[in-house]
Amino acid sequence: MARNSRRPLSPHITIWKWGPHMLVSILHRATGTALAIGGGILFVWWLVALAGGDANYARFVDLMTSDSTGRLNWLPALVLVGLTWSFLQHLSSGVRHLLLDTGAGYELKVNKAGALVTLAISILLTLLIWVPIFYRGAQ
Amino acid sequence: MGNGTSIGRVRGLGSAHEGVKHWWHQRLTAGSNLLLVTWLVVSLFRLPLWSYKALVVWLSSPWASVPLILAVTSVFYHLRLGLQVVIEDYQHDFTRVIAIILLNFYAIGGAALAIYAILKVAFQGAIA
Repeated sequence: MARNSRRPLSPHITIWKWGPHMLVSILHRATGTALAIGGGILFVWWLVALAGGDANYARFVDLMTSDSTGRLNWLPALVLVGLTWSFLQHLSSGVRHLLLDTGAGYELKVNKAGALVTLAISILLTLLIWVPIFYRGAQ
Repeated sequence: MGNGTSIGRVRGLGSAHEGVKHWWHQRLTAGSNLLLVTWLVVSLFRLPLWSYKALVVWLSSPWASVPLILAVTSVFYHLRLGLQVVIEDYQHDFTRVIAIILLNFYAIGGAALAIYAILKVAFQGAIA
């Protein structure tokens, strides 16, 4: 579908003044995509490793964790923290979408507050989950 | 049907009669994901993930394997619907068709692989 370049486009993100609702909107799409591809592949990989038996699963765990300390390696840790935050952001933003679908929450102040609440929830819960894990050095 | 603007080419054709289904199923699976994936994430953080034996014992119970299969079905359907919208926003013409086909392969293939792995562990138990 070639676009006729003589016809005008509607104003896009370079025109509008940025606000939390715009950030949360694009984050919903970005986190959804990250979960769908990154989370999906890691999840299936984990299940297939588990179905492969004891030795197979041990190789998977060995790849994810350090031999000397038994803790998560930095790359899997980074991915898992990122996926945890993505999940919580997509979850809270998704619930916000369901509420918006009822026609509620479009007043400017309420809408802005709702967007900020999803960010607060996702960041706080991610810290609440992962700080104890890193502190204890579980795994 | 002329070659005018994109709106001009579809005006008067009526609805495709499937838009509402996509919208509604996206919301429906959002609700089932909310329950099932929250259960899964809480379960994962409570399990000793490095222990093969503990995970097999966990998955051998139908109270774990059945909700996990439901979660896989709900999540992969939801992600297929969601990524379809992303593709339709950014890809046009030929690449759009290819991308949607690859998405279908990924969603159906990923879900089939996951469900097979779950059932294998559930029915077969621990293997050396």
